[in-house]
Amino acid sequence: MCASLILIPFISVLILNLPIKGMKRLAFGLAALLFLLQMVAVLIPDAAFWKINHSFCAGIFNFELGADILSKVVLFCIGMVSLVTLFSALTFVKDSDEKFNFINILLIAVCGMNAVAMAKDIFSLYVFLEVVAVSSFILIAFNRDMPGLEGAFKYIVLSGVATVLMIAGIALLVLIAGSTNFSLIHYMLIAQNKSLIVSLAIGLFIVALFIKSGLMPFHGWLPDVYTSAPAPASVLLAGIITKVAGVYALIRIVVSMLGFSASIQSILLFVGAVSVILGALAALTQSDFKRMLSYSSISQVGYIILGLGSGSVLGIAGAAFHIFNHASFKSLLFINSAAVESRLGSRDIDKMGGLAKQMPLTSLTSVIGSLSCAGIPPLAGFWSKLMIIIALWLVGFKGYAVIAVLGSILTLAYFLTLQRKVFFGKPSDEFKDIKEAGFSLMFPAIALAVLIVAAGLLAPWLLKGFILGFVPIIGG
Amino acid sequence: MFLDILILILLVSAALWTVMCRSLLRSAIGLALTSAILTLMIFKMNAPLAAVFELSVCAGLIPVLFISVISLTQAMTKQEVIEHMKSRLARFWGLPLVIIILGLVLGLLSIKFKAKLPLSEVETDPRLVMWHLRQLDLLGQIIILFTGVFGVVVLFKERKKSG
Repeated sequence: MCASLILIPFISVLILNLPIKGMKRLAFGLAALLFLLQMVAVLIPDAAFWKINHSFCAGIFNFELGADILSKVVLFCIGMVSLVTLFSALTFVKDSDEKFNFINILLIAVCGMNAVAMAKDIFSLYVFLEVVAVSSFILIAFNRDMPGLEGAFKYIVLSGVATVLMIAGIALLVLIAGSTNFSLIHYMLIAQNKSLIVSLAIGLFIVALFIKSGLMPFHGWLPDVYTSAPAPASVLLAGIITKVAGVYALIRIVVSMLGFSASIQSILLFVGAVSVILGALAALTQSDFKRMLSYSSISQVGYIILGLGSGSVLGIAGAAFHIFNHASFKSLLFINSAAVESRLGSRDIDKMGGLAKQMPLTSLTSVIGSLSCAGIPPLAGFWSKLMIIIALWLVGFKGYAVIAVLGSILTLAYFLTLQRKVFFGKPSDEFKDIKEAGFSLMFPAIALAVLIVAAGLLAPWLLKGFILGFVPIIGG
Repeated sequence: MFLDILILILLVSAALWTVMCRSLLRSAIGLALTSAILTLMIFKMNAPLAAVFELSVCAGLIPVLFISVISLTQAMTKQEVIEHMKSRLARFWGLPLVIIILGLVLGLLSIKFKAKLPLSEVETDPRLVMWHLRQLDLLGQIIILFTGVFGVVVLFKERKKSG
């Protein structure tokens, strides 16, 4: 019943916009319910939901979709981060009409991301990546202030470059394979392994997805866009949009279509390692809360790509787990940043200090998010990083495993700096009268912090089944 | 072959003019011209339906949209145009050179793509492709158009309020 995850959000938008009184009041509840149901459906893999044949519309729709364990991890993250974004919008989008519009765009973005997560065809993947991109432009420019418009423009330009490369890659692949289906292209690529045209097509596609993922050295747009977007849009962009439109698409393309060759693995490992180290070093030098988190995102995406580059079941399972972890701890940290910004009206961490007393819940949850991001046991981030590092070591990429460990130390360094400057340093007189952020920011922050701790504590019992789930995808 | 090369040279020249032109309006016209030349190329490659789409949408509709938007903007003063052109030329002066060198290098290398291309299929009825074979993509395109319109309404409506 994969089609429902695309059709229901879109039909909801259409229904919400019908000229019927009271529809605007329904929007928040309906969106929250849809996101929650999506998470529940993924958590119950044997649920009837996945098995129902959409017979009621079988005569009309014929969608080629599928959801394996990798897709389900991403679908869960989409539901989770969208729910969190929805709550954070309550604080930052005050006007009821604006809130209604924001929820509509959010539902469309979810519709696009769900389709990307379940696509089995390269052209369908491209079309729905564009759905995600167009809704992202609107969300970034939502406040219509100069930084937002500038950020949206940068995203449009870079996204346009990625689109051109991607469509050129698709054209070449269709020329070679005569099909747009992942598995058919895979068999044709095996048959024509050493062709220059194949290498060119693969190169174009991979570079396009590197741009969409914001990996170094293709990251130019990412810090500006994350920083200039409205707070709820930043949560959505950093938590899930870039992960689906770039990282997941890259994993799917490599795993289901291109396969692992020495050259593809070398490129992935090199770009991943550069992103891990340079992203972390750049984060160390930032004084803007959101900008630091943006560079941290680049570094963490590097880990996911390192896991993918290992080419092993353990590495890819680690990468998928890190996508979930990144979605949870980075959404949490962006919510914390939004909470601080909503109270202080500033994101300059050099001017802050001692906020732990005034904002204890924000401080506590940000410590949990930071430690999970740095890979401190027993939090969830530790397990995914451990899986990636072990996978790299086992397949013989020991140097990259050491780089991953060093990157974790750097991550801890910039997050300790952030914690000291914002929450634990010398209290600033300017901000002594501020209070804890409101319910709409605290509720998602606490829920995410609990999820991070619970996932970390339960991981030793759940990981075996989780890793085994990837065996049929990777095939070895 | 000669006609192909002539069309390619015209295409690249029109594209360069579009990028380097000083006036936005002329750039929009350049885009229409580029698309019209591309239509010729697509038509010559036995894809008449794609050529019609290229001509109607890319050479017709999109430049009209661009020109409509440009007409809503405020024109630059003469001094601003001079300043703008200085930075523009500084950024793009190497572009024609790069294209010429790239063309020469590729020509000299005479690269041969060794891929075994599949036999071209008999052209499938576009109605069948759109409504039966590519339903998901069609839905995606409808959502993109809907989102675009929704976005314009959202962003422009608010701007009107604040203005």
